[in-house]
Amino acid sequence: MRIKPLLITIIFLAVSVCSLYSKETNKKDVRVEYKAFKDHHLKDLHSFKIFYFKKEGKKKYVSFPLPVIIYNSGVIDVFLSSRFYNDKNKKVSYTFNNTVYKIDEKSEKIKATSLTGKPIKIIDFSITKNVVLILFGILLMTIIFVNMAKSYKRQSIPSGIGRLLEPIVIYIRDEIARPNIGERHYKRYMSFLLTVFFFVWFVNLFGLTPIGSNVTNNIAVTASLAILTYIITTFTANKHYWKHIFWMPGVPAPMKIILAPIELLGTFIKPFSLMIRLYANMTAGHVVLMSILGLIFIFQNWIGGTLSFALAFALCLLELLVCVLQAYIFTMLSALYFGAAVEEHDH
Amino acid sequence: MEIPAIVGGGLVVIGAGIGIGRIGGSALEAMARQPELTGKIQTVMLIAAALIEGIGFAALFAL
Repeated sequence: MRIKPLLITIIFLAVSVCSLYSKETNKKDVRVEYKAFKDHHLKDLHSFKIFYFKKEGKKKYVSFPLPVIIYNSGVIDVFLSSRFYNDKNKKVSYTFNNTVYKIDEKSEKIKATSLTGKPIKIIDFSITKNVVLILFGILLMTIIFVNMAKSYKRQSIPSGIGRLLEPIVIYIRDEIARPNIGERHYKRYMSFLLTVFFFVWFVNLFGLTPIGSNVTNNIAVTASLAILTYIITTFTANKHYWKHIFWMPGVPAPMKIILAPIELLGTFIKPFSLMIRLYANMTAGHVVLMSILGLIFIFQNWIGGTLSFALAFALCLLELLVCVLQAYIFTMLSALYFGAAVEEHDH
Repeated sequence: MEIPAIVGGGLVVIGAGIGIGRIGGSALEAMARQPELTGKIQTVMLIAAALIEGIGFAALFAL
């Protein structure tokens, strides 16, 4: 049996991992501390912390600062986020152009006040951790797909990573775009569908790596993706689509008046549900995973450690599936909405 | 007596769970009867499950 050595390895690893962390500490404090750690993980940060180690009882962070870009009443202030931390890694305020900037302890957002302490309204365009990971995802996709496209010029069969990705591209074309949008129009939407599928998939997969990324856990990211779907649906829709919204054919006149506002509302609810679905699924996955890992610190014995390790292992495998499933659902529903917008009726 | 909102959220999640369970069960039966239609059934099943899931999340976010 092949499964035996695997199981033994998992149990051995689990026991050794939990013995690393089981120390004599107050259990109530651990709970509060872990909850703060979990909440902190789900937030967008202004610096990129990779990991930390303890040296002589002090936390040493291995991290790099990110640029802060702030629009402050007509002026754009640019500086590095390392200004917000002193030598002892404590958060401090930073004065720049007669404005005091400070990172809020709870929300990790930048707050600005004037020198006298009056709050100032600012717009934050900073390159945060999520933005870095989005840019990294875009870079990765560009390299992979430009190389893949080039390889088709030399020969008709792909080489390298193209062999892995070609079936997925074909699948999106033949199983998602063609049946849902229709043979006549599907080509116009292929670029968007492929981009959104691979983008969501890649950033979801970053979330499973130890760098602690949570791009799709940010509702702004999923909202922008959903707004793109909404814009494309609205601007490529034909007259049948609008007729079905405002003056539904084939129903009595009073019914038409009732249906029009409902249908109009429906066009907004569709992208809204896309946004919520992706955001909530990925956030739920992260929260559950972090909670299960927290069992190690709560139980502080070998039973809790083994249980937590085995559950986290299984959940990570499930999350691998959820990552691709959410990307698939997003693409699929986008294709359905596009299909409804360009469908041609003969009545 | 006031019923807390979280009770309603729980009820919605129970409903959504029953719904997704029924979809999965019916799809499994259909696939067992007609294995050649597995691909099509799976697609429809996933769409329906995603729509129900959306309702569940909407309820949780309305809390």
